[in-house]
Amino acid sequence: MAYSVVIGLEVHAQLSTNTKMFCGCKVEFGAEPNTLVCPVCLGMPGTLPMPNAKAVEYAIMMGLACDSRIDTKAMWTRKNYFYPDLPKGYQITQQGENALYDRPICTKGHLDIDLDDGTRKRIGLTRIHMEEDAGKLIHDLTVSDSLFDANRCGTPLIEIVSDPDLRTPREAYLYLEKLKQILEYLEICDANMERGNLRCDANVSLRKDEFAPFGNRVELKNMNSFHNIEKALESEIELQAMLLDRGETIPKQTKRWDVARGVTVATRTKEEAHDYRYFPEPDLVRINVDWKHIEEVKAALPELPEARRKRYVEEYGIPPYDAAVLTSDKPVSQFYERVCAVTKDKKAASNWVMGEVLRVVKERTISVWDLKFTPEQLGDLVNLIGDGTISGKIAKAVFEDMLADGKAPGQIVKDKNLVVINDSGAIEAYIRDVLEKNQDSVVAYKAGKVKLLGFFVGQVMKASGGKAGPDQVNQILKKHLEG
Amino acid sequence: MATVADTARKVQSGEITSESLVQASLAKIEASKGLNAYISVLGEQALERARALDKRVKAGEKLGPLAGIPVAVKDNIVTAQGRTTCGSKILGDFHSPYDATAVERLIAAGAVPVGKTNMDEFAMGATSETSAFGAPKNPLDPSVIAGGSSGGSAVAVASGTVAIALGSDTGGSIRQPASCCGLVGIKPTYGRVSRYGLVAYASSLDQIGTFGNSVADAALLLNSICGWDKHDNTSAQVAVPDFTASLAKGIKGKIIGLPKEFFGVGLNQDVRSAVMKALETLEKAGAVMREVSIPSFQYAVAAYYVIATAEASANLSRFDGVRYTIRSKDAKDLFGLYAKTRSEGFGEEVKKRILLGTYVLSSGFYDAYYMQAQKVRRLITEDFNKAFATCDVVVSPTMPTLPPKLGEIYSDPMAQYLGDIYTVAVNLAGLPASSQPVGRVGKLAVGLQFIGKAFQEEELLQVAAATEKLCAA
Repeated sequence: MAYSVVIGLEVHAQLSTNTKMFCGCKVEFGAEPNTLVCPVCLGMPGTLPMPNAKAVEYAIMMGLACDSRIDTKAMWTRKNYFYPDLPKGYQITQQGENALYDRPICTKGHLDIDLDDGTRKRIGLTRIHMEEDAGKLIHDLTVSDSLFDANRCGTPLIEIVSDPDLRTPREAYLYLEKLKQILEYLEICDANMERGNLRCDANVSLRKDEFAPFGNRVELKNMNSFHNIEKALESEIELQAMLLDRGETIPKQTKRWDVARGVTVATRTKEEAHDYRYFPEPDLVRINVDWKHIEEVKAALPELPEARRKRYVEEYGIPPYDAAVLTSDKPVSQFYERVCAVTKDKKAASNWVMGEVLRVVKERTISVWDLKFTPEQLGDLVNLIGDGTISGKIAKAVFEDMLADGKAPGQIVKDKNLVVINDSGAIEAYIRDVLEKNQDSVVAYKAGKVKLLGFFVGQVMKASGGKAGPDQVNQILKKHLEG
Repeated sequence: MATVADTARKVQSGEITSESLVQASLAKIEASKGLNAYISVLGEQALERARALDKRVKAGEKLGPLAGIPVAVKDNIVTAQGRTTCGSKILGDFHSPYDATAVERLIAAGAVPVGKTNMDEFAMGATSETSAFGAPKNPLDPSVIAGGSSGGSAVAVASGTVAIALGSDTGGSIRQPASCCGLVGIKPTYGRVSRYGLVAYASSLDQIGTFGNSVADAALLLNSICGWDKHDNTSAQVAVPDFTASLAKGIKGKIIGLPKEFFGVGLNQDVRSAVMKALETLEKAGAVMREVSIPSFQYAVAAYYVIATAEASANLSRFDGVRYTIRSKDAKDLFGLYAKTRSEGFGEEVKKRILLGTYVLSSGFYDAYYMQAQKVRRLITEDFNKAFATCDVVVSPTMPTLPPKLGEIYSDPMAQYLGDIYTVAVNLAGLPASSQPVGRVGKLAVGLQFIGKAFQEEELLQVAAATEKLCAA
């Protein structure tokens, strides 16, 4: 039986501020354990938190980028639970069960995703709230005790909670891609799931149809890539559908994704009803954000992927598909724009970036900024083709050289003498030579096998080392064959 | 008795040395060991600091207003020197890596911390008997309580080991022991003194304050520790006047509010008559008495014990056996480690309050207790605001009874909690208040509490100083 699927996502994004949420310790990935700590983030007796204004600003940026309401009197709360990676025994967050104290910085936002059938879908954001991260426990097999690294304690996070609007694992995937894009465009999060800068929990439940009440939801954790999330959801949905078909009920539970086995596994056998005893954090006053500040942040927001995509279509005249591909990754779009600053042929520039550049970047899993040549040099290459200095085929070879040593395309063309041969005398010489060597084909052509023109062109190009201008070769060949 | 300001001037002028003051202080601490005022003494470290100060005087340097003065610090205020135990076994050997802001500031003013004083465990108590180090004894009568939770600081001053001391006041923990030991105690407005370095009991109520033999001494110490601190989000960005400046201005024309609810049932007759006698004296001197009302008063103790314990239940979670002094040896798993460590490390009163606080925050009970208590808190604040529309300061006894015998109320929690009846409302409203001796019943002292408007300590202390002068005469 087919069920209606309901998916909601909770994404934790680590903010890329210089310092932690409530103290002056640096935020840095990969530092020596327990070197980025102080009495405050270690939760030592007597210490007090002081909010990081930059982190608050980042959270507001994300809220504004998603059309959220910004609460000008947001509050902090404590979430109480014991765990060795949580030095204070509570986490400072912005959640609360009582509406009076549940005052996250952003509420009621949304973002639009583009479905594969070309339609758009609006996904609501319940809330975006700030909180501090916990430390890391390291279970090293060479020592009997667990090890603790407090560097991550107090790192600023935002938790972005979607409405239960997602209906398929694919939609969840597209939503995450979009979220990541926005975070990257705002430059407030490194959005790297493998490093844990971005973490995602998914809630999924099945029901008879869109009008039925929600079913019991299962919370999925421990998924370290968007693809794994999609796969885990698929697997869990399949499982739930099977259980429902059999007439069983789905228990409310937390599961993790076992990548190796490709199944979701329950993490706790008995359902522990966690009571986090949220209450207002008495060490912190309300986050007073005035409207002027919000307006300033809004005015300073960088161009977002949506707007950029639209601009590419309108300003550069490239197809919407190109614009979507080029804007899906901020560095790629920045690279593309710098190519465009040098060349007028925006579509050719788009072809090069989407084609050769992205191919290489993907193959080598590098960033566009790791390439040896500059976008301006790629623009020069596009221009060399456009003004007829080199052929498209030669250009591919030049590109390979640029990749290898980052030399300017003009220089490569000069050094290797790759300029198109436009001298009709020289071209005629190649043609005569080719026709002479292929008498049989000439006869065949004249007998009506006009498709052989391509063969002759190819031979002439080969003879000229690819440098002969193809248009001219065509013209002169025809003259010889038909004259 | 010489004032602290006089002594500091003598140190500054080179007439006496800080070293001699500290030596005398250490000798008295040793001699009065039986009173159990101190948990730890900073002997050599204090002498070293004193000698350094003396050197600076010799070099012609100008020291602060507390130049060379020995001072005692309650043991829930962290110091980089020595240990900070909070009167608890669980922190029995805890050494803080940093100084509390208040300590930093009094050191900057030239003072020399000589010891950490005894207290109710984590400031939870009104007799100092919940201390893991045994109760301090009242110098006025060793058979009665010294008060709490800052009992050690009160005894330290009352026994003459130091002239001034720091305490903390969450529901009366400075005013009540000041009353018991016949001293002046000041709890400033919430936000006046940075709480950075004060080990939290109930964060929204805790405030560091001062003890002295006179209003002038306690005010001088208060001067040096007040003011905004970048480490405390709840510290107020309000200008700090010189609290000693208006002390001689007298009481004439000041309107003193008497909340009728504070003088009702449960007030001991001896205490009442001592207080009334003092108020008559003030009236004769030109003060205007006016009856005011704090109708929400009757709910204050209940609201206090809900809010304070709720916050405490979270504040004390960090003492879980993973860090700090105590870790239970025979735990089999993680949650066993937590349970055993906390069972062994905390005393009965602390455990009782953690349980209570956990309970009132639990889902299902939250609205009935915590939310309700917050409403009461708002009412109390509003009631005080209304009262202050018609008067300058509010007056009441500090305690409803004379100091009880040691052990007498320790086992009777209701009696103990009701002992806070006049003091807790002040913390819930975040107001400044003082306690000062206004009479004796036998050997025992009776304390008078003045409550001021928020951030109007200057006016509050002016009235207190005038009262001190009039009632001593």
